[in-house]
Amino acid sequence: MRSWVVACMLLALGNAGGAYAEAPNLGQILAPNEVVDLTVFADGSGLPAGSGSVAQGKLVYEQQCMVCHGMNGVNGINAPLAGGSLPNVRTIGSYWPYATSIFDYVQRAMPYATPGTLSVDDTYAVVGYLLFLNNLLDSEVQLDAARLARITLPNADNFFSEYPLP
Amino acid sequence: MPDELIPIAGNGLLNRRSLLKAGIVMGSVGALPQANAQGQLRPIWAQSPGAGVSGYGQPSAHEAHVQRGAFSLQVGTNGSGASRSPLQHLRGTITPNGVHFERHHSGVPDIDPEQHSLTIHGLVDRPLKFSVNNLMRYPMVSSIKFLECSGNSGVNLRPEPAKLDCANIHGLVSGSEWTGIQLSTLLDEAGIQSQAKWVIAEGSDAAKMNRSVPLDKMLDDAILAFYQNGERLRPEQGYPMRLFLPGYEGNASVKWLSGLRLSSQPAMSRQETSKYTDLLKDGRSQMFTFPMQIKSVITSPSPGLSLAGKGFYEISGIAWSGQGSVKRVEISADGGRTWAEAELDGPVLPQALTRFRTAWQWNGGACVLLSRAYDDHGVQPTRAELLAARGEQFFYHYNAIQSWQVNGNGSLENCYA
Repeated sequence: MRSWVVACMLLALGNAGGAYAEAPNLGQILAPNEVVDLTVFADGSGLPAGSGSVAQGKLVYEQQCMVCHGMNGVNGINAPLAGGSLPNVRTIGSYWPYATSIFDYVQRAMPYATPGTLSVDDTYAVVGYLLFLNNLLDSEVQLDAARLARITLPNADNFFSEYPLP
Repeated sequence: MPDELIPIAGNGLLNRRSLLKAGIVMGSVGALPQANAQGQLRPIWAQSPGAGVSGYGQPSAHEAHVQRGAFSLQVGTNGSGASRSPLQHLRGTITPNGVHFERHHSGVPDIDPEQHSLTIHGLVDRPLKFSVNNLMRYPMVSSIKFLECSGNSGVNLRPEPAKLDCANIHGLVSGSEWTGIQLSTLLDEAGIQSQAKWVIAEGSDAAKMNRSVPLDKMLDDAILAFYQNGERLRPEQGYPMRLFLPGYEGNASVKWLSGLRLSSQPAMSRQETSKYTDLLKDGRSQMFTFPMQIKSVITSPSPGLSLAGKGFYEISGIAWSGQGSVKRVEISADGGRTWAEAELDGPVLPQALTRFRTAWQWNGGACVLLSRAYDDHGVQPTRAELLAARGEQFFYHYNAIQSWQVNGNGSLENCYA
């Protein structure tokens, strides 16, 4: 509490110029370790420490993902994750530009009914298995942050934007 | 012939003053009165006191058919999906909150505002956390804006016109007055560092939906919205607070907002790479296509409604542009051979639904109705022009001219003119 008060005083002094004098300035200052964020960027920053094998990923996939996405990532009731080709079938291998996005998405939104329940290692494992299903990773690989950040997906160069891409 | 009845384009489109004149002729129809014991003529509902006051008003029971509809659902993803505004049953430019379209990626969270907060972090001088109660003390601004899912109208990419009603084809657009805190106020409080170029917005739904938004947009006109049409946001619109980005594709206005991370690069999340990107005919895919382009649709008459015999009608519809104000709308009743300028109901606001209308005398014959809208960037493309420019494999940002086939029996259906 004491440090918070001091911080507020410093903040008030720092804004003596009145740049945002009309706002009530009610934000509570957070220490860096109080910020929780799931974002994983295309360069791999934000990936947590940990690793998982393709073999373990297969087990995770069959328990958590296959019911919706089908055996081997095809013919499920929901989005196909492997195989196919453009323009009609948009999968990790055929369409997605960044492998890191898979980790970001699985970590924040999957499994659909119980998001946030996979361990970091199991998340690496299942991401590795999805890359394996797309012929982008060998079956023996233990996927970790460094390895994931190095993977270039086949369709990456076909994306463009009026904004600079990483 | 009086000046007011002069045709202004083919197949019955009339000078805008004609409908008023016609209304005088048609104005004598009313409820059938009944005689009561005193011999007075009273309709049944005027023969005794009606219902009393109520805490939260509801539409008339006679309007119970006006519902969000055309649900898009997917097996195995309870809570995900879309519902659409019943455009053919609405007039004006403000969509009632109960029928504003919905698009959820992992259902509607039941958020306790006492436990919810917004964190601003990343490339800022001071990472900050705001409780909802504290945010309610900030100055708020209001503006009338449309919100449109960029997947709206994409069904018209099918080779054959889908025989769906107007809502089902175009109902992923709605209009509201949005009220909230200018994002620039909160970002300035945190202190924007010079390397920051993007703001990654994250929601507190089960998908923790995330989108990257250019910092310039956040500073220009983004708001942290708390109110919609005067009342606190409905849960399905992001209660207790959402990001609102005027003119941008709806997905970027992240609902149930809980985090803003300033960054030098976009997140490249699934929702801005695998989805909400457009595969073009040259095999390349465009990312970060934020603004919604100029578009219009005739909502009355339209599929879902029908014409009750030949004679006078008002053709009415909505036009909107994420890139400014609607400048002009033209209507054709002869399949696009001749066009008449429609009247725009004011005020015509930027990035807001604009109601257009014109008088029409239907001769009872089959015909095709179209509308085309203009903004500062030009006119809506025809479907053929849009497909020629972008190919047939894109999905988002379909904004071609809509044509409605009017059949001799008064029914209407989607067609490609």
